[in-house]
Amino acid sequence: MNTSLSWIKMYVPDLDCSAQEYCDAMTLSGTKVEGFTRLDRDLEKIVVGKIISLEKHPDSDHLVICQVDIGEKNVQIVTGAPNAVVGMLTPVVLPGGRVAGGHDGTLTEGGIKIHAGKLRGVDSDGMMCSIEELGSSREFYPEAPENGIYAFAEDSGVKPGDDAVHALGLDDVNIEYEITSNRVDCYSVIGIAREAAATFDKKFVLPEVTPTGNSEDVNDYIQVEVEAPELCPRYTARVVKNIKLAPSPVWMQRCLAANGIRPINNVVDITNYVMEEYGQPMHAYDLDTISGHKIIVKRAQDGEKFTTLDGNEYTLDHTILTINDAEKAVGLAGIMGGENSMITDQVHTMLFEAACFDGTNIRLSSRKIGHQTDASRKFDKGLDPNNAMEAMNRACQLIEEFGAGEVVGGAIDIYPVKREESRVLFEPDKINSLLGTDLSAKQMLEYLAKVELRYDEKTNEIVAPTFRQDIHRCCDIAEEVARFFGYNNIPTTLPRGEATTGKISFKNRVEAKARDVAEYCGFSQGMCYSFESPKVFDRLLLPQDDSHRRAIQISNPLGEDFSVMRTNSVNGMLVSLSTNYNRRNKNVRLYELGNIYIPKSLPLTELPEERMQFTLGMYGEGDFYDMKGVVEEFLGQIGMHDRLQYNAEAGKTFLHPGRQANIIYDGKMIGFLGEVHPLVTKSYGIGERTYLAVLDLPAILPFATFDRKYHGIARFPAVSRDLSMVVPKNIQAAELEKVIRQGGGAILEELSLFDIYEGEQVKAGYKSMAYSLVFRSKERTLEETDINAAMNAILKGLSDMGIELRQ
Amino acid sequence: MSDGMKEKLDSIVSKTLEKMQNVKTTEALNEIRVSVLGKKGELKEVMKGMKEVAPEDRPKVGQMVNEARDRIESKLAEMRQRLDQEKMERQMEGEKIDVTLPARKADIGHRHPNTIALEEMERIFIGMGYEVVEGPEIEWDEYNFTKLNIPPNHPAKDEQDTFYINKDIVLRTQTSPVQARRMEQGKLPIRMISPGRVFRADEVDATHSPSFHQVEGLVVDKNITFADLKGTLEQFAREIFGPDTKTKFRPHHFPFTEPSAEMDVSCFKCGGKGCRFCKGEGWIEILGCGMVHPHVLEMCGIDPEEYTGFAFGVGLERIALLKYEIDDMRLLYENDIRFLKQF
Repeated sequence: MNTSLSWIKMYVPDLDCSAQEYCDAMTLSGTKVEGFTRLDRDLEKIVVGKIISLEKHPDSDHLVICQVDIGEKNVQIVTGAPNAVVGMLTPVVLPGGRVAGGHDGTLTEGGIKIHAGKLRGVDSDGMMCSIEELGSSREFYPEAPENGIYAFAEDSGVKPGDDAVHALGLDDVNIEYEITSNRVDCYSVIGIAREAAATFDKKFVLPEVTPTGNSEDVNDYIQVEVEAPELCPRYTARVVKNIKLAPSPVWMQRCLAANGIRPINNVVDITNYVMEEYGQPMHAYDLDTISGHKIIVKRAQDGEKFTTLDGNEYTLDHTILTINDAEKAVGLAGIMGGENSMITDQVHTMLFEAACFDGTNIRLSSRKIGHQTDASRKFDKGLDPNNAMEAMNRACQLIEEFGAGEVVGGAIDIYPVKREESRVLFEPDKINSLLGTDLSAKQMLEYLAKVELRYDEKTNEIVAPTFRQDIHRCCDIAEEVARFFGYNNIPTTLPRGEATTGKISFKNRVEAKARDVAEYCGFSQGMCYSFESPKVFDRLLLPQDDSHRRAIQISNPLGEDFSVMRTNSVNGMLVSLSTNYNRRNKNVRLYELGNIYIPKSLPLTELPEERMQFTLGMYGEGDFYDMKGVVEEFLGQIGMHDRLQYNAEAGKTFLHPGRQANIIYDGKMIGFLGEVHPLVTKSYGIGERTYLAVLDLPAILPFATFDRKYHGIARFPAVSRDLSMVVPKNIQAAELEKVIRQGGGAILEELSLFDIYEGEQVKAGYKSMAYSLVFRSKERTLEETDINAAMNAILKGLSDMGIELRQ
Repeated sequence: MSDGMKEKLDSIVSKTLEKMQNVKTTEALNEIRVSVLGKKGELKEVMKGMKEVAPEDRPKVGQMVNEARDRIESKLAEMRQRLDQEKMERQMEGEKIDVTLPARKADIGHRHPNTIALEEMERIFIGMGYEVVEGPEIEWDEYNFTKLNIPPNHPAKDEQDTFYINKDIVLRTQTSPVQARRMEQGKLPIRMISPGRVFRADEVDATHSPSFHQVEGLVVDKNITFADLKGTLEQFAREIFGPDTKTKFRPHHFPFTEPSAEMDVSCFKCGGKGCRFCKGEGWIEILGCGMVHPHVLEMCGIDPEEYTGFAFGVGLERIALLKYEIDDMRLLYENDIRFLKQF
């Protein structure tokens, strides 16, 4: 919503403040100003001048030399304007002044400074201006010439030396407001002016609407039926005959122009003006096109076609409300009139409509047909039906005032259920205890009266006029009190009452540990989108029947790339790594904590499972075992050491078939890790070996613990032994270690691999592995015989597996 | 006889002390020690002559020998200490390094700026007794809207550009549904914040993202006032933006709260004078807040005559962008390591 400051002042005549003061105060009292534009920000030293003589320039075909009366003196100005004539009154910028832009309409930031100078050797002390040079256009000043300087009309009353910027109404400020959806009344100049008057404690003066109409009766011209009262709470209509289309008065054109509305003619300008002023859209039909003298407000037929006055055709259905005559639809209610009934230059008699339509229906209808208009944007907020007749009469008053036509007596008003004022019990104590203030009832009532919230002493109620559709309960009254007391005058305190414990969940603690471990290990935290493209599944080489392809679809996505909720976190990580690789970042390690979304059924009938994934990805330095180390460090930190296993049969299509494993804890799968399949790294454009680990937090949480027990520090000496073996290649280290641990028993304290080798020195199909074993007892110093017994048991276990010691 | 002995001992002592005085290494010092105090050392030789000393003089001579040994040994100890010290000094001198050579960096990863901002907010509110509560990101329309006083067909539903899965299930547009879920549990009083991911159908650009994070707060208790809301948020603003931060509250409208407000903080770049950062305003819009609408309390089974509450919602990215002066929101989701390493 925009208004000019001058238009506000028409209803708050005593308002006397700068634009900045106005905007600041309005924002603090609840009418938020987004910004304001001074129309004259780049205009300086511009007066009205009158051309008193004109002669040809001796050295130019298109320049003329003018003597111009600027009030206190005459100045000489050379101009190329083709329309310059003696006697013309025109804006003149004097040397040292500024204009907003060039005559082609391009604006220059900060304006263009004008100096005295010579044009082809002839002195020129200023410049006569076109409307474009003054920063506006013929759109708002239709009387301005297409090419040339602006000429004031002879009857405009300006004289040489007057302030031309003022005379043109450019000494104004356009203010842009953010109106919240609860304040429908403020989508009108009057509504905002009412707030301004309350804010600055000034008198609020509504336009005085005088009775209009001749001795005829409107019912002789038109009959109205409302067949769908649920969508049209009120319909008012009046008739104007003997229409004389002409430009509207300059003051109205200026008003509209300052609000960014293009003046057209008296009738159109009046409807636009009243729509802005009262917030009530109006429509004018050419009554001669209305057949049967009848208007019927009803739902459209399914499949009905209709052409609006801008020439677009729409297909309608029964949810859309139309205005019809005896034979056909003539308008889309609240959105736009029809081509078949629009006002043309030949109009003789017209039907004025000011109605109230159901806001939700207008919103849904205009969205359905894909056409929003200034009118629909007003209607869809849900207008006050009590405003309609007032606006109608105001428009008719202006018609008469401008001599634009003859208003027929009487008015049609179909208004079956009158909207009543709302009443809220006045509870000053409750208001104070909600706000934390100590205001007297009297003070509160003063604030409320400012915005026409009346106190009914008999019932102890606050009565809210129907334009205030947001007043229903005590808290709404409290807000009104707070607005005018000033939010910033309310004291500041801290909540008292029962103490509560600040805490985070166990899940959040585990996540915090994941972040810590990842970062210690050199991984930085990334964040990925929750939705991605369904093409991702092919990119990850997932089989057609893979369960990950069962993803939740967004019904109105921003595009295919953001259309499904991710079912795994791998793509996000690979995309991030790929971004880094493309930007030539070396040794990149990233982690992410984010949800995946697993539907319980498709289509979704209940909320899906949201599973937090701890995802690690890296390329550059480090390999599978580095990644495995990070996983184990994390699991160790959350108390998960002793039941960890890896299963190489992970079956992940996007990982290297020989370098992947499911991570198993206590027999349950808690995640996986591996090297990314070369085909996948290639399709993501990553030119290095890439490793991933994904840990599924919901699977981990049941095992995670931050409990710790002290185990004591070994007091007896340790004995170490090395074990060097030749092992068939297909035997995994885990199997071997299991046998060694079994043989070693309780005294085998530590087992660590220190060498692994395959190649020339080892026979084909075998690998050489060397472990260091540390034996220690908690109770005593071990004897040689203890160690030997353990070693023998180990060797026996190994030889049972067909493993021989290396010679 | 003892006189001759004494001279001899004195001469050994003074000769030895003199030799030791000029010694440069512990090895040389050791040689001297051996040559004087060793098995075949000079003092031993003197001791051998004891047989020739008259028995009555022997204690006296013995004492003289002991004194001579003591003097030598004490000098030895002194010299040893001095040499050790010199050796240490030489070693230290030799091990001098150029402390301005580059550091060997521990390659530690970096936390996402969103997380840093969130942790800071969590710290502030946990300190004030708030619990951190999470809820589903894919949410029932009823929780995301209806229970927050946004009935079907309310214009606010359009304003929020909601992503729909179907007519009943949405990607949550705010984390307030977590508050509704918490209120329904009926455990009072409530002091909570609900951080999390939210979604709105905004195209990606420098200031918009279809997915971002919010931290919403809720307090429900007896006698909670708008003044409490102001005091709490003022404290929050000072903690997160610095102790000199000023706040300003402007009336606004949210269906969930009444009265509602938006809070601005004085620009932490210019202190409120007006600069490019705050677009000359001196103030920066930070969050929306208000007193929980009684109808919301009623829908969640809480009696608004007995309990009141306040709620607020902050955009996490907004805080992160402002606090770290990040000029493009897209950076937060690209995961370029050169960006992340700056936090």
